[in-house]
Amino acid sequence: MADFIRDNINKDGIDRRGFLQCMAWAGTGVLYSLHGGVLKSLPLMQGAASGMDMAKMKGADFSFIQISDSHIGFSKEANPDVTATLQIAVDRINSAAAPPDFLLHTGDISQLSKPSEFDTAEQVLKGAKAGRIFYVPGEHDMLTDDGQQYLDRFGKDTKGKGWYSFDHKGAHFIGLVNVVDLKAGGLGSLGSDQLKWLQDDVRDLKSSTPVIVFAHIPLWAVYPEWGWGTDDSEQALGYLKRFGSVSVLNGHIHQIMQKVEGNVTFHTALSTAFPQPAPGTAPSPGPMKVPADQLRSVLGISHVNYVQGKHSLAIVDSTLA
Amino acid sequence: MKRIKWIFGLAATVVAAFALTTGTRPSLAMSPGDIPASAATVKIDNFSFGPATITIPAGSTVTWTNSDDVPHVVTSDDNKMFKSKALDTDDRFSFTFTKPGTYNYYCAIHPKMVAKIVVQ
Repeated sequence: MADFIRDNINKDGIDRRGFLQCMAWAGTGVLYSLHGGVLKSLPLMQGAASGMDMAKMKGADFSFIQISDSHIGFSKEANPDVTATLQIAVDRINSAAAPPDFLLHTGDISQLSKPSEFDTAEQVLKGAKAGRIFYVPGEHDMLTDDGQQYLDRFGKDTKGKGWYSFDHKGAHFIGLVNVVDLKAGGLGSLGSDQLKWLQDDVRDLKSSTPVIVFAHIPLWAVYPEWGWGTDDSEQALGYLKRFGSVSVLNGHIHQIMQKVEGNVTFHTALSTAFPQPAPGTAPSPGPMKVPADQLRSVLGISHVNYVQGKHSLAIVDSTLA
Repeated sequence: MKRIKWIFGLAATVVAAFALTTGTRPSLAMSPGDIPASAATVKIDNFSFGPATITIPAGSTVTWTNSDDVPHVVTSDDNKMFKSKALDTDDRFSFTFTKPGTYNYYCAIHPKMVAKIVVQ
């Protein structure tokens, strides 16, 4: 098992107490639960993870599922049928004992922003038993028309290039876009317009409001050498400092990583299409090839449970195996 | 006779140069009158441009080929001078540099990928 977060990668000297070594490649789900800022992890038995046994989550006020990086249109060696694996993810969502309130898709719906790819993704995701699906774009979804096609299909009633917020049962959700107007040599970028909007968006919220931020590229420096980070994320997180509970959910890196800094929990989800290598373990972050019979064990979804009033957020990452 | 040989030699060179620059690049629109000073290629592989710096005479055409399993977008730093469409695996993009200068470029969706063309 790779220990992804042993090093102080971003060299910011921030206290790493409470870090946990994630079980990304263990092939089973991992239960992450946050209690009063202290993160605990518990590897789940395969059956419990794949069945998403909601009994383990007694007392949750609501739950939602994060799905990411479906890359519809990708057909290379790592996974020649990404539509099939997305369908398996939807089947898993529908097998949950209690249906989630909604889905969050954290981007890279498509491989090349082609209308046919978006059509297929929409068709498959329509089968998910969930209230609705909230999206943020990945860089693969904004490749043509300045992202207009994405905005027309998935970003109606959003601001700018697709950012927005909504409230659900006392929690405040913020969808951010960090995949457009990227600068040469830089990382992901939110940009000044979006940052200003964010500052305004949270201004009147009580500090006790649980905040859940979701965006495609990680909002922490996972591995800047591979572009796995966001240039102006510090500024965004600065606006969220006063909140007692902040969860940041990302995709992009096709593997599970998690860290806690103060009241902020960062978590990245698996892809439903193909895995990517752990930071620095390959010449580039391109798709990682795995034997066909192991593919589904490195793809997955994240089931998030929220318990109001306890600062309690539990994330179950389960693979498609 | 010497003159005829010279013309023949020149014609052969023109044909060869034309074949070199257009034979494998159907996307490049050219009439027989346009003869590029030279042609250069950049390979996109493992999230990098190779070579990272190339030096070419003015009027040369550079062709990028994406060898990655991931799309890339070849874009000048000013986002105006040139910008390819999303290049899927084995897709190509060509641009002719007419004026001397140093042109920095990057991948618009993987901005850590940077390189430059020096035109003399």
